[in-house]
Amino acid sequence: MAAPRRQTRRLERFELRGGLLGRYAVRRLVGSVPLLWGIVTLLFILLHAAPGDPMAAFFNPNVSPDVLEQMRRNFGLDQSLLEQYGRWLGNFVTGDFGFSYSRLRPVREVLAEALPNTLWLGATSLVVTFVVGCTVGIVQAVRQYSRLDHGLTFAALSLYSIPTFWLGVVLVLLVSSNAWPAWLDLPISGMQSLDYAELGAWDRIVDRIRHLILPTIALGLSSAAAVARYMRGSMLETIDEDYIRTARAKGLSERRVILRHALANALLPVISLVGLFLPILFGGAVVIEVIFSWPGMGRVMVDAIGARDYPLVLAASFLFATLVIVANLLADLLYAWVDPRIRYS
Amino acid sequence: MNAPARGVAPLLEVRDLRVRFESAGETAARAVEGVSFTLARGETLGLVGESGCGKSLTALSIPRLVDEPPAQTSADSSILFRGEELVGASQQRLRQLRGAEIGFVFQEPMTSLNPVHRVGDQVAEALWTRGEVSRKQAKTIALELLDRVEFRDPRRAMRAYPHELSGGMRQRALIAMAVACEPSLLIADEPTTALDVTVQAQILELLASLQADTGLALLLISHDLAVVSQVADRVAVMYAGRIVETGTARQVFGSPRHPYTEGLLRAVPTIDGAGGSLAMIPGRVPRPDAWPSGCTFHPRCPYAWDRCETDEPDLREGATSSGWVGARCWLEDEPAKRSGTGYAEVDS
Repeated sequence: MAAPRRQTRRLERFELRGGLLGRYAVRRLVGSVPLLWGIVTLLFILLHAAPGDPMAAFFNPNVSPDVLEQMRRNFGLDQSLLEQYGRWLGNFVTGDFGFSYSRLRPVREVLAEALPNTLWLGATSLVVTFVVGCTVGIVQAVRQYSRLDHGLTFAALSLYSIPTFWLGVVLVLLVSSNAWPAWLDLPISGMQSLDYAELGAWDRIVDRIRHLILPTIALGLSSAAAVARYMRGSMLETIDEDYIRTARAKGLSERRVILRHALANALLPVISLVGLFLPILFGGAVVIEVIFSWPGMGRVMVDAIGARDYPLVLAASFLFATLVIVANLLADLLYAWVDPRIRYS
Repeated sequence: MNAPARGVAPLLEVRDLRVRFESAGETAARAVEGVSFTLARGETLGLVGESGCGKSLTALSIPRLVDEPPAQTSADSSILFRGEELVGASQQRLRQLRGAEIGFVFQEPMTSLNPVHRVGDQVAEALWTRGEVSRKQAKTIALELLDRVEFRDPRRAMRAYPHELSGGMRQRALIAMAVACEPSLLIADEPTTALDVTVQAQILELLASLQADTGLALLLISHDLAVVSQVADRVAVMYAGRIVETGTARQVFGSPRHPYTEGLLRAVPTIDGAGGSLAMIPGRVPRPDAWPSGCTFHPRCPYAWDRCETDEPDLREGATSSGWVGARCWLEDEPAKRSGTGYAEVDS
């Protein structure tokens, strides 16, 4: 009963500042427009500066050079770069992301399919990263210099040093090896089993979760290790604060001192890490989605780069950049929600 | 230091408290070295001394709030609270006593409140977490407490976050928190040091009036002689981890026996300048890991002679015509050595 009441009080406070909050959010988003423009423009230049021909996929003895030339004209690739840029940007701001050269479908359609899958994997990894990382960090801080602390520090540093792509491949190898126990078998590719359509509602959920496990571990583990390091440090610093001594002097249980008084304060610097880790997570997703055949934005991106599919690469990058900016904003709002001292100014 | 016999056991009896900090390969820092004192119910004891003399550590040691390690309390030390030994007591028992029986007010009101929780919640928390009252009742009591510590708008203070309050208000909130469970002992560690002088007086009055209401015993730690002289019944002066002089406030401030106390008092300006020029104690407080031989004060003492450099005096207490007094000084044996000009005066 007490918990929901506390919740409403928090919301109340949040709403009191709601007007300011809305204005702040809008200002931040408007402020990010030039940033996004800069990102896509830079990418446009880099993509066209890179060697390769978008029509290379159609090079074939049976396709006459005239046809290829016609295709180039159709896609507007025969125009000057400046013209191409102007036309592309003009369409882009109206929400027309163009036509994918390699998939021969509107870019919008391709991304609409891939985006939810990536968000699904990304959100799961983000949550797992922070829940695992924070829990480990708290345990380490509370048991500072114990064997457990040293062991976890070693584990965290080892995991942090492992590159995502290597961990992904090793997990696939491990799970598909004969030595892996059958009862622990986990799917190593795709988002769902072949017989997904025939499964009941509950089995579908289980099937989805089982498919998520390995990519989530591969994607989130090294970030979780980093979060654990930060959380340990932040928690140790917080435990030394005067108000923790005050809480102890009140005769509170150690559990309450840690979870109620120290945690909320120790989390503050860690929350701002959410925004910092998101690009790392998306960068990792590009690799992980390829390894685990996850039909998300990362795979779309890799394929599109290989095919010099300019509109698709640009639109996908734009979407990634937007996600990072929005997530950073959300992290800042979350920060303000936890810390009453923050004012939107 | 033994209080005059009153026929009742004291509320608090600290005997031979020794706390040291040990780190590998270094000389142990003896931060508190054999401190003994008693505190009766309803009494106010002022613990005075310069920074680093061990008075805060002594205060924190009573409810066992010192982190061990790095600190280390000697097994021979004894802290009897209502006859119960606190050195070596279980964490569970100590938690029961903290807040409920022993309240603590800290030096830094600016950092001693949790910045992310409402003041009202922090006060109420001391009450309902003991399971004796509901959260709702605790809120009601907290509101009364905030009213008692003279918040002009206690309802607003309940909902305020610490950063929305001034230093004096935060210290009031901390006092409300410390006395929430009506403890019989309140330890106030430099409660007014971080505050403006006008606010200092208000906080001292508040402590005195709370004491008059509830009959709690107050252990007031301060480096500020003016603060202590205002409220303390008895005074203990600490230097380099030891108590060097005890007595009633009037005795200690009126006719100090220990040269250190004398120096402290002569360094305090009076409002009418009647005290003449100010004096200065030369040198500085020695570090806890490098105490001088003999009397730890001898390098700074204007009266020191060869005996002071080799032998350490005891704190000798006894009844005199003016009450129970004592000083840790060889001058107690040889009062004739208190001669010459004493402390050099500073031109003002």
